[in-house]
Amino acid sequence: MIENIASMLLGGMAAGMVLFIVSVGLSVTMGLMGFVNLAHGAFAMLGGYIIVLSMRHWGVGFAAALAIGFVLTAAISMVFERLLYSRLYKAGELDQVLFTIGLVFMFIAGLTVVVGPENQPVPIPAELRGQLNLGIVQYRTYSIFLIVVGIVIAVGLWLGFERTRFGAQIRAAVDNRRMAESLGINIDRLFAITFGFGSGMAAIGGGLGAEFLGLDPQYALKYLVFFLIVVSVGGLGSIFGVFWASIIIGVLDFVLKKYVPQGGTLFIYVLTIMLLLWRPQGLFGKPQ
Amino acid sequence: MSAPAPAYENPGAQALTGRHRLRLWEPLPWLLALAFYFLFPRHLGFGTELLITVLFALSLDLALGYAGIVTLGHAAFFGAGAYTVGMLAHHGIWNEPITSLFAAAAVAAAIGFASGLVLLRTTGLTLLMLTLCTMALLEEAANLGHDWTGGFDGLTGITIPPLFGLFEFNPLFPKVQYLYILGVLLVCFVFVRTLVYSPFGQSLTGIRENTLRMHAVGAPVRTRLIVCYTISAAVAGVAGGLWAQANAYVNLSTLGLDRAATVLIILVLGGYGRLYGAFVGAVAYMVLAHFLSKLYPTAWQLGLGLMLVIIALFFRGGILGMGDVITNWLRKLRAPS
Amino acid sequence: MMKRILAASAALAISATLAHAQEVKVGVNLPYTGIGAEFAQLIDRGMEIYLKINADKVKPYKITLIKRDAKNPGGNDARVATQELLTQDNVDILAGWVYSPNAIASAPVVNAGKKPAVIMNAGTAHITNMSQYYLRTSFSMWHAAYSMGEATAKQLKAKTAVVGYTDFPPGKDTLAAFKRSFEANGGKVIDEIPMGGAGAVPDMTPFFQRAKDKKPDVFFVFVPAGDHAAAVVKTYAALGMREAGIKLMGPGDITQDTKLQGMGDAAVGLITMHHYNADLDNAENKRFVAAWKKEYGANTTPDFMAVGGYDGMALIVHMVQQLKGKIDPEKAIAAAKTFKSNSPRGPISIDPDTRDIIMNEYLSEVVKGKDGKLMQKVIGKIDNVKDACKAQKIAPCDKGV
Repeated sequence: MIENIASMLLGGMAAGMVLFIVSVGLSVTMGLMGFVNLAHGAFAMLGGYIIVLSMRHWGVGFAAALAIGFVLTAAISMVFERLLYSRLYKAGELDQVLFTIGLVFMFIAGLTVVVGPENQPVPIPAELRGQLNLGIVQYRTYSIFLIVVGIVIAVGLWLGFERTRFGAQIRAAVDNRRMAESLGINIDRLFAITFGFGSGMAAIGGGLGAEFLGLDPQYALKYLVFFLIVVSVGGLGSIFGVFWASIIIGVLDFVLKKYVPQGGTLFIYVLTIMLLLWRPQGLFGKPQ
Repeated sequence: MSAPAPAYENPGAQALTGRHRLRLWEPLPWLLALAFYFLFPRHLGFGTELLITVLFALSLDLALGYAGIVTLGHAAFFGAGAYTVGMLAHHGIWNEPITSLFAAAAVAAAIGFASGLVLLRTTGLTLLMLTLCTMALLEEAANLGHDWTGGFDGLTGITIPPLFGLFEFNPLFPKVQYLYILGVLLVCFVFVRTLVYSPFGQSLTGIRENTLRMHAVGAPVRTRLIVCYTISAAVAGVAGGLWAQANAYVNLSTLGLDRAATVLIILVLGGYGRLYGAFVGAVAYMVLAHFLSKLYPTAWQLGLGLMLVIIALFFRGGILGMGDVITNWLRKLRAPS
Repeated sequence: MMKRILAASAALAISATLAHAQEVKVGVNLPYTGIGAEFAQLIDRGMEIYLKINADKVKPYKITLIKRDAKNPGGNDARVATQELLTQDNVDILAGWVYSPNAIASAPVVNAGKKPAVIMNAGTAHITNMSQYYLRTSFSMWHAAYSMGEATAKQLKAKTAVVGYTDFPPGKDTLAAFKRSFEANGGKVIDEIPMGGAGAVPDMTPFFQRAKDKKPDVFFVFVPAGDHAAAVVKTYAALGMREAGIKLMGPGDITQDTKLQGMGDAAVGLITMHHYNADLDNAENKRFVAAWKKEYGANTTPDFMAVGGYDGMALIVHMVQQLKGKIDPEKAIAAAKTFKSNSPRGPISIDPDTRDIIMNEYLSEVVKGKDGKLMQKVIGKIDNVKDACKAQKIAPCDKGV
């Protein structure tokens, strides 16, 4: 019984952590800039591809590939942010939706042409395969690895957000952008760095999650809905919110799939609708 | 409604009072649609698809363009209409084409009313996600209820009796379907056009532009929004019903995110809140999609993406907005400053 | 000089026969973009390779492929594509269809258009009953799953099984077929787990955990070809199900040749039943695989989808030859019913009663080859398998044209 509950918690949390790592950047950028960025999944996909291809063609290790994926994706996305996104900060959400969907299509077509339409398996190092004995339960090593990484990232982000000057600037800008600007915070720089960092996180999520979610040019659209669900349930601009929303959705989804597999994806939608009707601003979001 | 208009010499007032009048070019799209029928008899399958998309985009324009309800789940109503017609016909309950469309409109309107009642309290991303999840819920329900809906395989064996007992639907050369759909589109268009220029339609625009002020002048904002959403859902239901009849087939794609996102793209591409944006957007998108994707499938996706990015960045009003920009520019050139 | 004139006149003669060669237009309906693009490419290449390496069989006719994008499994785009191939391009023969819903949606148009239509993948059993012009050179879901049920009970001596399947019609077909023959041969299916829809690859862990808790002899899995399969193999290994004594098996969709190497060593020991894999040991297959690698690269491989396209083209050429290039639909279907071929998958023919394929089913195990690459070793074979769904008239295959 204990073993059963533990394995469900671990499985659900591992799935949740993938959602968290990919979505956290989306939440912060949406909260900070008020930008509906449907292309976030495309940056996760791009990062995943960079990670896979750098492992395959340059023979770098898993950790190094993740770092390369983070840096390159962050850099590329910052170029996009400065050149394109920044022009649309004051536009309506509809224009933002249109623009970012356009970007998604371009990413999909681009990767299909350059790399090909097929799925790209991520070669995970041997140490992370197989099973790990945790005392009460024996479980998939990679899942446990994901949970550890997820928690480390969450704590790191929280510290950065709460304890650094830059984090304070972001929080200030989320709360009151005009006031922050008048205090001399360089908003443009803040936006660019946050956007790049968020996309870099998505890249890592894309690479780490490919074991579960696969990686092909359609990735950017296939899982977008799940990323958006996590962000809206968690509440915009809240690292804490995304973290808990990811875990709640990951674990509940896991348990329901195991015991009521006939229900398909029905539950996740019902759950989201109920949560959002109960708290339209999300679990940890501030009321508008 | 902003400028004080004491006399009709005021050009602003003239524009306001005259804008519901039928303009000279307005019969043009309908003439073009008829010309298409005679000029391209081999492309009528594409033509029927195009007309249905126009109607669907028009329904979205009502909600999004006029009332400012940003939704990613409009296919919910399209699918509701399609499944209503499909299931009534498949299970041998009712299949007369025109009355079936009323049933489709009624079911879609009911779903629109019920969901609008709950969802329209929210805005922004929350509303976007709620509409999307509602649609996904319906899609999953249609998938799970395969004994009734045909599930993933779709519902086949839909027989549509001849229109007015005379005109048979031919699956290979859909001439009858084309004219029938054109007729329904015209009726729906006249209805929507009348609606948006009515006081009700004006108040919707007011809500879109400044919700607070509409509250302040005492307009029943939420009721108006729900009514508008319901009507929009009904029109989308008619479009879905037509789709089911034209294809003699319904499946899950009628409820999918693909359809909802595509119609949104089409509307914004054409220019929303302008009635004719639905026409222009649907024609531009579908003609390009149809012919370019035949020649260069991957390039089509790349090109579409690029087009969307450019429209969003530089031509916020869509293609019709582009027209406005050019007209203004020409006017400036002509007028001595 | 004389030689040159001879050569020139020979060339002239050849070009003259080419010019006079009867052209047969084949309309191809495949999802060249979107999630099915990879599959479309495999089938497309299968057809092209056939025309390339069997040019002598095609002569003196000229087969022109007119390709249209079916875009998605939504049905509608495929239906419009079929309609336009018939009304705009005036094709003589239709071919393609990756997705079952597309073939189902196209059926009324195919019936109205009255042209032979060769299905090269879509595997839902009852599709061929929806139009008398449908011919199928791929498979029915029942081919592999029904054979597998028998082999699981008889050859692998399993008593209990859990079935996990992707929750869409081919998955349900597979479940029904496996269960029927497994239980008829003395086995017992102790749990059935629907594992999400076909659209996206779900996290398989909860489903596999449930299967593991039931402790069956075998875990029979059906997922659509493509990305699902890698997730199946990985999850199976990661949850330690092999160590728990549960054998993983399924139709060959889970060991699609194009995905096999990407699965890694976790796939070793996997048992499948299918009509084709690229490692089949026969002369025709060796020729096919060699030509494929030469044309598309040493790292590429054909798979069961490619062979569906290859054999589909063989059937088309057979009809063209029999009718001397003039495709009359009724005669073409009659000719197709006499089709027999030595395919890369072994001897095949078209069942005159159902217009579906008759072929061998191979029980294979994934092993590590001498070169360190994974390969499939045949450990059993059932000859001349018909679609049991139609042969035994099991609903919904009991109704038809």
